[in-house]
Amino acid sequence: MDKFIQLTLTGLTNGAIFALVALGFVLIYKASDVINFAQGDFLLVGAYITYGMIVQVGLPWSVSVLLAIVAAVVLGVVVERLFLRPMIGEPIISVIMVTIGLSSLLRSIVTSIWGTIGRQFPAFLPSQPLNIAGAVVPADRFIAIGMAVVLLIVFTLFFRYSREGIAMRATADDQQAALSMGISVKRIFAIAWSIAAVTAALAGIIVANITELSFFAISAIGLHVFPVVILGGLDSIPGAIIGGLIIGLLESYVGGYTPSTLALRTVFPFIVLIIILMIKPYGLFGEIRIERV
Amino acid sequence: MESGIFHTTYESDMALRRTPIMRWRIILAVAFTVIFPFIGNSYTLTLADQIGIAAIGAIGLNILTGFTGQISLGQGGFMAIGAYTAGVLTTMVGMPWWLTIPIACVVTALVGAFFGIPSLRLKGLYLAIATLAAQQIIQWAIVRSPLGTDALVVPPIKVFGQSLNRLRIGSFGGIDFWFYWVIYFFLALTILFAVNLFRTKIGRAFIAIRDQDIAAEVMGVNLFRYKLMSFATSSFIVGLSGALLAQYRGIVNYERFTIDASIFYLAVIIIGGLGSVSGSVYGAIFMVLLPATLSNLGQSLSGSVPGLARLIPFVQQAVFGITIILFLILEPEGLAKIWRDIKDYFRLWPFSY
Repeated sequence: MDKFIQLTLTGLTNGAIFALVALGFVLIYKASDVINFAQGDFLLVGAYITYGMIVQVGLPWSVSVLLAIVAAVVLGVVVERLFLRPMIGEPIISVIMVTIGLSSLLRSIVTSIWGTIGRQFPAFLPSQPLNIAGAVVPADRFIAIGMAVVLLIVFTLFFRYSREGIAMRATADDQQAALSMGISVKRIFAIAWSIAAVTAALAGIIVANITELSFFAISAIGLHVFPVVILGGLDSIPGAIIGGLIIGLLESYVGGYTPSTLALRTVFPFIVLIIILMIKPYGLFGEIRIERV
Repeated sequence: MESGIFHTTYESDMALRRTPIMRWRIILAVAFTVIFPFIGNSYTLTLADQIGIAAIGAIGLNILTGFTGQISLGQGGFMAIGAYTAGVLTTMVGMPWWLTIPIACVVTALVGAFFGIPSLRLKGLYLAIATLAAQQIIQWAIVRSPLGTDALVVPPIKVFGQSLNRLRIGSFGGIDFWFYWVIYFFLALTILFAVNLFRTKIGRAFIAIRDQDIAAEVMGVNLFRYKLMSFATSSFIVGLSGALLAQYRGIVNYERFTIDASIFYLAVIIIGGLGSVSGSVYGAIFMVLLPATLSNLGQSLSGSVPGLARLIPFVQQAVFGITIILFLILEPEGLAKIWRDIKDYFRLWPFSY
């Protein structure tokens, strides 16, 4: 039983992180119909800037995290302005490839500065083990879940009540109608990219905190987001959260209860993805699009 | 330049190369390809072989993505199927190398068609993500199979009982020299096949699906059937490039066929030109020569700039990303369009249009 609880908690932690990353992903898709293959690299940027500020510059962690957030906002705005705005109205494959090119560019910048060797992250979250119903879990996992939940609530409230949030939902619903109501769609795109970069950066910092600063592990999370968003529906924010938790839990259970030599853990989310696509192509909460010639 | 040419028969009007200058260009290209191995050294031959294999793979992907409009991120996985089939048949079954290549193509075509089944219900982004899943699943299956993560060593090709590496005629020989002919023979076949494919009913159906699939279905194109055919045809050629790679390199390693390979080939066809057979070849030349040039440049400068050699891989990756982005923003139709513009300029010269 304690193994089950252990796996559940691990799954929830990973799920919360997936949900955070997926949130930014869905946000960009909703606002601008762009699939962002560079989402995993935003995680890298957040984690490595924080690392650099704490270890190499010697700033306190709170300031470092703040700086990483500021950097993410700037990155989001710059990326949107320079790379994505010329792509409005271009075919899907062009838009996908631009984000892939961006991913390659960001990776080369990060690796040229910090290399790809795993590093000890100066964990600032407390990590003493807590004993819950027989399962031993480090405290930082709970803080990670808690932070993810808080961020998700903040964003949900933002979309519901703030002026910008409502404008974003309007843009997602119908760009032309939003434009005619006086909403600056360009500004909305920039905000969407900044928020996505910030959530991803925070997720990167959390991941680095509870494991280590590993280039490959963190950038792999970018691919893990696809099963999550497909399960939840590409354009649904609640879908991203629930999808994240489901994939996180499934992955954890599959990893825990099948022989580790099979390494089913890594491929299982993708098998789920194919099955969902075959049964329910628009995911659990995605909006079904009707096409006309 | 093209004035004074009158087609008096349907055959001449429908020929692939309709004007004398087109024919001259193709003769020059073929002549250059034939002469090249005799003037090149082993380094340039290695690059030429890489270009040939990349061009075959790119034509395969272009049939699916550029002509049928089905975005595939599973190219690396399909190439892996071709390469491993050829490798396993050679090492474990002991088949002659030339027989493994067609078998690898057929196996890859079947696997490609299988992973094309979701395309019945999915399109665009969703299909791209489904092929991404195919890539991950194939990679997992290979690593977890008895083959594992170890590289599969394919014995060197033997002709008349002698290893191809040692076979020499005069000063010419070595695997790069001999395989050059194999690769460019298959490349020529692939180009001829692909160019003619889009003059047939099947090829036209592919293009109709790309342009507007619902409209194509209304006009009587059986979507599912043609999409599967496109997946199978494309994978057949991709399998060919994988099998050639296995036989040429003599070593098959799954790390060569990860998602990065899929991305590389997408970049090749984007930069070369989506929906253009010649563009696939231009793209392959460009994308193989670009990192090689950067690395040579870096090496020659590393004497004067200390620490530059360490930066070369990062610069290559950054330039890869920047090239994709710049092409998409400045010339979305790729090198094929640039070449067409150049030809148009000279055709209309001295008038601007």
